[in-house]
Amino acid sequence: MKRFEYLEARTVRQAISMLQRHGENACIVAGSTDFLVRWRAGVWNPDHVINIQRVAGLSRITYSGRNGLRIGALATIRAIEQHAAVRRYYPALAVAAASFAGVQVRNLATVGGNICNASPSGDMIPALLVFGSECKIVGADGERAVALDKFFTGPGQTVLQHGELLTEVRVPVPARNTGSHYIKHSPRGAMDIATVGVASLVSLDGRNGPCAEACIALGAVAPTPIRAYSAEDSLRGQALTQDLLIAAANLARDGVRPIDDIRGSAEHRKEIVGVLTRRTLEQAFNAATSGPLTFNEQRRLTVQAAF
Amino acid sequence: MKKQLQITVNGELRQALVEPYYSLLDTLRDEMQLTGTKKGCDEGDCGACTVLLNGKPVCSCLVLAHAAHDAEVITIEGVANGQELHPVQKAFVEHGGLQCGYCTPGIILSTVGFLESGEEPSEENIKHALGGNLCRCTGYTKVIESVLVAVKATNQESEE
Ligand SMILES: Cc1cc2nc3c(=O)[nH]c(=O)nc-3n(C[C@H](O)[C@H](O)[C@H](O)COP(=O)(O)OP(=O)(O)OC[C@H]3O[C@@H](n4cnc5c(N)ncnc54)[C@H](O)[C@@H]3O)c2cc1C
Ligand code: FES
Ligand code: FES
Repeated sequence: MKRFEYLEARTVRQAISMLQRHGENACIVAGSTDFLVRWRAGVWNPDHVINIQRVAGLSRITYSGRNGLRIGALATIRAIEQHAAVRRYYPALAVAAASFAGVQVRNLATVGGNICNASPSGDMIPALLVFGSECKIVGADGERAVALDKFFTGPGQTVLQHGELLTEVRVPVPARNTGSHYIKHSPRGAMDIATVGVASLVSLDGRNGPCAEACIALGAVAPTPIRAYSAEDSLRGQALTQDLLIAAANLARDGVRPIDDIRGSAEHRKEIVGVLTRRTLEQAFNAATSGPLTFNEQRRLTVQAAF
Repeated sequence: MKKQLQITVNGELRQALVEPYYSLLDTLRDEMQLTGTKKGCDEGDCGACTVLLNGKPVCSCLVLAHAAHDAEVITIEGVANGQELHPVQKAFVEHGGLQCGYCTPGIILSTVGFLESGEEPSEENIKHALGGNLCRCTGYTKVIESVLVAVKATNQESEE
């Protein structure tokens, strides 16, 4: 544990200039839930820690039928879980938040921290991916937008340059007749990180029409969270049946090359990808045809599936 | 370099000179002598260090002390009203919601935070609210029973 100096930024611009002034050995913290654990373990050793929690306006969550959902980087996982529009229009995101650690961590952990930490198992990431989210990044030279599926470059690695901040996540309005779901498989339920996490979204062309859009995102089975493109392609344009959903789930399973680690073997992870892809697709399809379940019903299917 | 900070702890404005890397947990225990808040794991897993930060349950081991500057914190020392135990504390004492007691301050604060959040106090929601508090002794059955008793007591109080 190396001692560090502690700084606070009140504006995005101030945070950026602090990062520039103190160079590569300075780091941002938001909720500090990843930071303090890594620092105590001696893995992260910054000289300067720049807390951005007091930057005004960055914890807002807003929804409008025109602009969709805008989640400030400092919004906590708990605030996302409890937000009425998130529960209503982005159920996969609400249940992903509910499957994330205990309440005491969710009240601290931010969505920006979850994304920038770039863990392959980050629970918010698959759910944000299936809705086509985009990241707003601000640096000394202005701002840029990067699609979330282009944001990650490896475990713990992102497109962020030193001196840049993630300030907002933008999530488009889902099409009509859309359903979505997330399931986290972990031996200890919400209290451990995911062995595998799967989010699926299905949009239908009319309530009983063919599949207009299918998105499947997988966590903890590759160096970054990934989309299951071939499985998605197999569904678009089709009149969905149980057999098609199973075939898509098998494609997702056969397409992944996970690793063995303490939480599961590669073979086990592959099987789980198949099972969870099928279950999340079924749930998303049902919600697209018959409307969503209540939050508590969905949460039971998300967290309990883990035990 | 140590810096001055101020935190309203249990309704009282407290000041301390604290290292930049200190946690809120270490500040409460070592600088303010409030040792009711426990350190189990120091990495967010056990919930023994739970306090209310601006009304919400958090793991105080995951909060940088200076990040809590100007905040309001409630610890287990501030839950009772003088000699009168809080209904949640009473329920745990009377219904065997604790054995060794190490996890208890954290569980009480999570429960108080949950009951004040306005969420429907169903057994299912209680279990989700306490998922971040580990207990090695009770097996949780008595813990959940005690919370349910506290819910009833609180409802009766508000009806009277
Ligand atoms: C007990 C425990 C349980 C956990 N359980 C889960 C779980 O179930 N699922 C899960 O996904 N994660 C889990 N985590 C991991 C962690 O809580 C999350 O990754 C969390 O979202 C991180 O957010 P934070 O605000 O605390 O990040 P911090 O620790 O403050 O920062 C994390 C990283 O992101 C960078 N960063 C933060 N915000 C920004 C920004 N706006 N712009 C640029 N860089 C930024 C920081 O520099 C740092 O590198 C758990 C952690 C603990 C301690
Ligand atoms: S000591 Fe903070 S969670 Fe265990
Ligand atoms: S009573 Fe001993 S740890 Fe809970």
